[in-house]
Amino acid sequence: MVESKNFGNRLSRFLINSIMIALGLLCLLPFLNVLAFSLSSPAAAEANRVGFWPVEFSLDAYRYIMGEPKFSQAFWVSSQRVLIGVTLSVFLTLLTAYPLSKESIHFRPRTFYVWFFVVTMLFGGGLVPMYMIIRSYGLLDSIWALVLPTAVQVFYITLMLNFFRGLPKELEESAFVDGAGHWVILFRIFLPLSMPGLATIGLFTLVSQWNSWFDGLLYMNKPFHYPLQTYLQTIVTNPDMSRVSDVREVLNISTRTVKTAQIFVAMLPILIVYPFLQRFFVKGIVLGSVKG
Amino acid sequence: MKRSTALFKRNLPLHLMLVPGMIFTILFAYVPMTGIVLAFQSFVPGQGLFGSDWVGFDNFSYLFNLPGIYQVIYNTVFIAVMKIIAGLIVPITAALLLNEMRIRFLKRTVQTLIYLPHFLSWVILGGILIDVLSIDGGIVNRFIEWLGFKSVFFLGSNQWFPFTLVATDVWKDFGFSTIIYMAAITAIDPTTYEAAHIDGAGRWRQTLRITLPGLAPTIVLLSVLSLGSILNAGFEQVFILYSPSVYSSGDIIDTMLYRLAFMDAQYSVATAVGLFKSFIGLFLISTSYWLAYRFANYRIF
Repeated sequence: MVESKNFGNRLSRFLINSIMIALGLLCLLPFLNVLAFSLSSPAAAEANRVGFWPVEFSLDAYRYIMGEPKFSQAFWVSSQRVLIGVTLSVFLTLLTAYPLSKESIHFRPRTFYVWFFVVTMLFGGGLVPMYMIIRSYGLLDSIWALVLPTAVQVFYITLMLNFFRGLPKELEESAFVDGAGHWVILFRIFLPLSMPGLATIGLFTLVSQWNSWFDGLLYMNKPFHYPLQTYLQTIVTNPDMSRVSDVREVLNISTRTVKTAQIFVAMLPILIVYPFLQRFFVKGIVLGSVKG
Repeated sequence: MKRSTALFKRNLPLHLMLVPGMIFTILFAYVPMTGIVLAFQSFVPGQGLFGSDWVGFDNFSYLFNLPGIYQVIYNTVFIAVMKIIAGLIVPITAALLLNEMRIRFLKRTVQTLIYLPHFLSWVILGGILIDVLSIDGGIVNRFIEWLGFKSVFFLGSNQWFPFTLVATDVWKDFGFSTIIYMAAITAIDPTTYEAAHIDGAGRWRQTLRITLPGLAPTIVLLSVLSLGSILNAGFEQVFILYSPSVYSSGDIIDTMLYRLAFMDAQYSVATAVGLFKSFIGLFLISTSYWLAYRFANYRIF
């Protein structure tokens, strides 16, 4: 945008910057507050003396959750689901998106296949039938109940499909002339060129696998099998965390410092991949939603 | 004949590649659809999916005679519509303001901060919100008291709860939603702005006459697509944040369904609720896609 440099423009620029900084702070301060609580002494936390900086700095809450077997077990379940879920989703998306990226002239049944997948976006059985089916497959209390149902996502397929369509057509044509089939084209030519697309889908699945909690609550009967977010959900929505009180005498912790520390540790993996998320999601969301 | 066999041979791998994805879709999307028969049965867990007695539409008539069902439907639509409206206005405004920021470092930093809540689960955000909005010692209420006002029971009063839901939902996603609008703004031809400047248009006028019209197609498309979520008031968020004291303003179809199924073990009634919602959803989503296709030339594939 082009503008002149008079007083009015400077004032409005100042106002705009202030508003946006305020919005940025609105998204930052709640996290800082929680982090500050987790690093404060229980006395300061219970007396509400904590703002955005730790008061009477203490790592005891973190020491406590590291020694808590339920927490580390849940962390392990979550890591497993991320690992399996990402591998499975990326592979299936790659395989499904390639044929669907072909034009209908070259691949007649494409329309049928497309509808086959689109129908699942329009209509679903609902919560109870899904639960009953998972139970009848014998998947309750198994890690597979967390990764298999969400392995094929139409949204990811659309994204990958648009990515394939962005690759130059000549690549495929010349490969055909040289006698290559579709398998060779997909794995030898398209795959190496599709790393940014695959990274986007990998990150999408990573975030959604790590963040999912409701499936854990639904399909896992034993809390021992809960992924981290489900475990956290039972703590967050349960005001009486009596378990902490037994050891409170030994370690210098409080319900509030432990809870905030757990929230922060559960956030950590997302914060670590956040720089990548920002880069790939911005591209992914634009590719997947605006074009079509 | 020969040509078509050759074509089939060449395309055979394409069919084979689709097999795994289709097996997954059948197992975890199509087979569960058969489960809707539950809605027409009086389901007893021991007797399996097709073994229970058929009761026709009894579950539906039971459902619509449940006390409070209309309040629940009203809550759902009210919360969802408020979220849709706020979820359009706030990101568009934020994108327009972001676009005006000239200090690159500052703009980047703000963007990094406002995208963040989108990537965190409602469990984490809920945990944080329950803490910061708490009536005794939450930082927000400490601030409100410091300003000299009475503290607000954001999550516990029926007067505030729906608005807390809308506000926190916008807080989670507005930053991320600016991405699409920012992408649309960058697509606007910069020479239009230069021409407008020469003609004497100021910054405000440029925003109003160039940027906003440039955004119009995106805005129309996203509003049309959001039509499909009129019955989705956000299950995960409500489930984490609500409590029995705010059922009358915050209970939505999905949370009622969950309690019916997994607390009262009324599986058939819960399936009926789900089926009712799915059917309206099917109608709404199809309409929104059709409208988007018709007026914005949008296609899913």
